[in-house]
Amino acid sequence: MDSLDAFRRETRAWLDANCPVEMRTPVTGDDDICWGGRRWVFKSEAQKVWLERMAARGWTVPGWPQAYGGGGLSHEEVTILKEEMRAIGARSPLESFGIWMLGPALLAFGSEAQKQEHLPKIARGEIRWCQGYSEPNAGSDLASLQTRADDGGDHFVVTGSKIWTSYADKADMIFCLVRTDFSAPKHLGISFILFDMTAPGVSTKPILLISGKSPFCETFFDGVKVPKANLVGTLNRGWDIAKYLLTHEREMIGGGGGGLLGGRSPGQVAASEIGTDGQGRLADHFLRADAARAEVDALAFAATMTRYKDEAAAGGKGVGDKSSVLKYYGTELNKRRYELLMRAAGHEGLEWEGARTHDGERPRDWLRTKANSIEGGTSEVMLDIVAKRLLQLPNA
Amino acid sequence: MLVLNDDQAMLQDAARGFVTDKAPVAALRRIRDERVAEGFDRDLWRAMAAMGWTGILVPEDEGGLGFGFVGAGILCEEMGRTLTPSPFLSTAMMAATALSRAGSPAQKEHWLPAIVAGDAVIATAVDEGRGHDPAGTAMRAERHGNGFRLTGTKTYVVDGQAADAVLVAARTAGSAGEPGGISLFLVDAKARGLAVERLATLDSRGAAELTFDGVEVTADDVIGAVDDGHGLLEVVLGVGRAGLAAELSGNAQESFTRTMDYLKERKQFGRTIGAFQALQHRAAHLFCEVEIARSAVLAALQALDADAEAAGLAVSVAKAKASSVARLAAQEAVQMHGGIGMTDAIDIGLFMKRMQVASTLYGDADFHADRVALARGF
Repeated sequence: MDSLDAFRRETRAWLDANCPVEMRTPVTGDDDICWGGRRWVFKSEAQKVWLERMAARGWTVPGWPQAYGGGGLSHEEVTILKEEMRAIGARSPLESFGIWMLGPALLAFGSEAQKQEHLPKIARGEIRWCQGYSEPNAGSDLASLQTRADDGGDHFVVTGSKIWTSYADKADMIFCLVRTDFSAPKHLGISFILFDMTAPGVSTKPILLISGKSPFCETFFDGVKVPKANLVGTLNRGWDIAKYLLTHEREMIGGGGGGLLGGRSPGQVAASEIGTDGQGRLADHFLRADAARAEVDALAFAATMTRYKDEAAAGGKGVGDKSSVLKYYGTELNKRRYELLMRAAGHEGLEWEGARTHDGERPRDWLRTKANSIEGGTSEVMLDIVAKRLLQLPNA
Repeated sequence: MLVLNDDQAMLQDAARGFVTDKAPVAALRRIRDERVAEGFDRDLWRAMAAMGWTGILVPEDEGGLGFGFVGAGILCEEMGRTLTPSPFLSTAMMAATALSRAGSPAQKEHWLPAIVAGDAVIATAVDEGRGHDPAGTAMRAERHGNGFRLTGTKTYVVDGQAADAVLVAARTAGSAGEPGGISLFLVDAKARGLAVERLATLDSRGAAELTFDGVEVTADDVIGAVDDGHGLLEVVLGVGRAGLAAELSGNAQESFTRTMDYLKERKQFGRTIGAFQALQHRAAHLFCEVEIARSAVLAALQALDADAEAAGLAVSVAKAKASSVARLAAQEAVQMHGGIGMTDAIDIGLFMKRMQVASTLYGDADFHADRVALARGF
């Protein structure tokens, strides 16, 4: 306990000395989030300095080993770092699919050379990755994917297309699921490979969404040559990595939604926008009752995320199939949050363009949340996983 | 760490073994069918005392285990799984908390050893109307010589029908609705002018309506500070709410487990009904809710151990969530059992009845959602 207390004191002092004041204000838009990559243009000097200082300490990826650019911190120390960052309102120095997804996959399945090559660049924000998973005919049934990687001697030849590739147009590299055996059962013919988005034959096309934004792309591969050294893990066993990563992704999506609006709940936002009565109760009684129930659920859900992580740490294992609980509940909760926020906004929430509403930020965010219960496995797929794997209910 | 430590996990194992063996649901049926007036089995209560449960919150230097609220909650959860009737909540949790935190040396000396021995039952009397409203206490405690005279009626006093003493909230100043001006008294259940009317209740445990008709108490019977008892009352009620939340979590888990067993066994249309996706998704959703309630309960118990006076928000989250999840679990259990779920032959209905009582006591889901909203600034 003493050493953790000391770690907390040192962390607090270091953050206080090194986190620029501009990086202690709430994120107000997409471009306040630093994604890194070859083509990244820092929004401010403070954003650049903050990334460099944190990366030098390994704290962009505090739980990764120091040998690969991480901080080498224990589970408890990572929690303390996050708590101390939250206490001063510090922004995350770097967000990326490399941190969330590829890094954990390489740590678990990558060769030593792959770890040495890719992890430090992710930690420093030098390379921005995207994820090539879904295809037009492989959504919830991801394992039926058809993008092919044919044997070309010392390389693969990749042909096919992906869809819902987040920020593919901005990414430097892709980690991609491809079919390397068409005769095997669908789960046993998939491989996990890495390649450069600037390679000849790669093209991307942003998809316009109902929010008016285009965070996702269609991505096309036309005979892309990929060195065989870029195969992660074993040929035709990529589904193991895919499953491992989906678990990670589900945990992450389930836990999302707390970061926006400075972490304020819909009830709290509504109180500041609508006002309260003499006893401090939100003036809109119908909205208040629903917001209060959502608040209970959100706090109980936050405790569940903590409990699952603590159980996983205590048991020396991952969260496993329980990530489906987090993904299902967290995303449904986030959709509820935005329904409440739209009720709180009233007429204000109907504006689509204009400086006053930041170009309709609230309704655009509200529309964006409708994807939460689809992406990374739909709510129905999550319930199937809970029913089959956690509850052992029989197959139909 | 939001997990049980080794000692707590061992206590959970021991408790599960004990209640499964000594106090299964059949024991509740016997209390009901034989119309046991006290609503619980005295021999079982003494056996719990022998296990050390009655002293789980009593400090070690007062003869207890000083094991803490997580441990007490574990016992409530396990008793929730078997619907075990006992005065554990009223006596070993709420009264023990009041006495060990605010009792005078004489009160402690008189009552704590009796609680630990399983010889004393002490009820807490707060509510006076249809809903839970501690600040709404209107019952008067008028000064009379060196003491007070209590006049008024307390409704739905848990274990009031079996109590040796009653911890009663009454107003020595101010008026109903104000937190200030409330004092707590520890009154002998046989005091002159105190009438106890047993209520037959949904969960077969019973409760009591207590009518105080000029009951005389002395200054020595005050527990805590005169006019300033609301803070202590909130701590005692917080402990009761957390205990009920833990019990409701156990209740929900058991309803759920029995329903899963049924889904894997019952056949219709030529297959096991658990293979139907319509039921799988209901079951999976319920599982998620039960998991989330469990987390909220453990967080509340840990918050009480950390600082009982600052645990209000965590306790209200737990009581609100566990109350609504146990309700969902009971409803889903009956629905998924179908017709057999409506019969007295199986236990599902007993879980629903106790759920209704435990979710209503010391503030229902709405009461606590209101508190959560206020605590969070709306």
